[in-house]
Amino acid sequence: ALLGTALPQRAWAKSAFSTDETPTDFADITTYNNFYEFGTGKDEPAIKAKTLITSPWSVTVDGACEKPGTYTLEDILKPHALEERIYRMRCVEGWSMVIPWQGFPLGQLLKRFQPTSKAKFVRFETLADPKQMPELKQNVLDWPYTEGLRMDEAMHPLTLLATGLYNKPLLNQNGAPLRLVVPWKYGFKSIKSIVRISFVEQQPVSSWEKANAREYGFYSNVNPTVDHPRWAQYNERRIGEFSKRKTLMFNGYEAQVASLYSGMDLRKNY
Amino acid sequence: MQLPEPLFSRCIKPLVFALALLPLVLMGFGVWQDRLGANPIEAVTRSSGDWALRFLLLTLALSSLRRLIGWTQGIRLRRMLGLFAFFYASIHLLLYLWLDQFFDWQGIWRDILKRPFITVGMLAFLMLLPLAITSPKAMLRRLGKRWKTLHTLIYPLSILAVLHFWWMKDAKSDTSEPLIYALILAALLGERLYQRFKA
Repeated sequence: ALLGTALPQRAWAKSAFSTDETPTDFADITTYNNFYEFGTGKDEPAIKAKTLITSPWSVTVDGACEKPGTYTLEDILKPHALEERIYRMRCVEGWSMVIPWQGFPLGQLLKRFQPTSKAKFVRFETLADPKQMPELKQNVLDWPYTEGLRMDEAMHPLTLLATGLYNKPLLNQNGAPLRLVVPWKYGFKSIKSIVRISFVEQQPVSSWEKANAREYGFYSNVNPTVDHPRWAQYNERRIGEFSKRKTLMFNGYEAQVASLYSGMDLRKNY
Repeated sequence: MQLPEPLFSRCIKPLVFALALLPLVLMGFGVWQDRLGANPIEAVTRSSGDWALRFLLLTLALSSLRRLIGWTQGIRLRRMLGLFAFFYASIHLLLYLWLDQFFDWQGIWRDILKRPFITVGMLAFLMLLPLAITSPKAMLRRLGKRWKTLHTLIYPLSILAVLHFWWMKDAKSDTSEPLIYALILAALLGERLYQRFKA
């Protein structure tokens, strides 16, 4: 309910960053989820994530910045105007969706904490509370779920912190109350239910990298030319469609983000 | 323990046949009623694979049951259940070839070479194929002793089938389900080893 009031009741300005592709059905976006804290089946989070308590919520900010501290969700959201971003989402498992997010650019928030020159990367953590997330005892990953971005990736205008989708506050299974959306990277980079943001000097090790470094790299940019040993990455099944589509370089955001990686060998930095 | 005779061949056998078709009926119903969630193609592909594996293990269980509890009648269901394993494995393979790859043979070949879980899955199916072809009684008579040797392929192919499932799942660190199949298979194969060394 708290979040409901945080979402202004108005039509969203159409963002230049939005795709005009048809959004995936709300029912599909909210019942087909990878959120291992609530089970490894894609239908499980929608059923089991009801135990997640999203209010009150706070986010701890630490590391190389001038304004560390623990901030309430209200503190975090207050100064930011929410906007709609319709983004493609490509999962490393070979499926994709189009999701109308509401949120604000991550960079705007990070600036408020005044990162120092030592801040080269941003590290994120998902809540890991066994009382709210009974599946944590399964130890399929090393909790808490951890992700990271290079500072310039985090400050990129496409990088979003989302609080809602389809003009509704985020449902728990989609990473309520605050989640990252990095549309040119495989979906698992877009960490859910964030409780910690740390400015760090060294490249953080993400949960999937830790679990299987050969298959999941730090960058995990969508790249149809770099195959995954488990799934072909040159094409994808858009949820709701019968035929497969060709996967686009950087998930179709090449024009906006390719310069971030100029001079890098994307086969090595997968 | 045995069931009274006309009951077994007249009722139990057709009942098992009907039950074995039930997963297919449910899949068809699910597709028709759009009840398979956001990714129905993935759902039917996984379900057909699950059932192929389950029928494979059931087939293996029948001779263990004969040895352990003396239920000899069960052996008369073995051919049927084995053929159902082949039936669901064929559906599983066809769904992959058609709805995942759209019969792009180059892509399929690349997949077989590149992705170990596809490699072992394909190998398992190739080993299952001659068992299905030689399942009629006439083939058994024609092949004589060689039939029995040929049909020991079920052991390595079952291991490959479980491995296929395992490697598919462990990409996302999610091996709890394949572990159940692996344990059942280990028990069934272990029982055979035990019988061999006991003798």
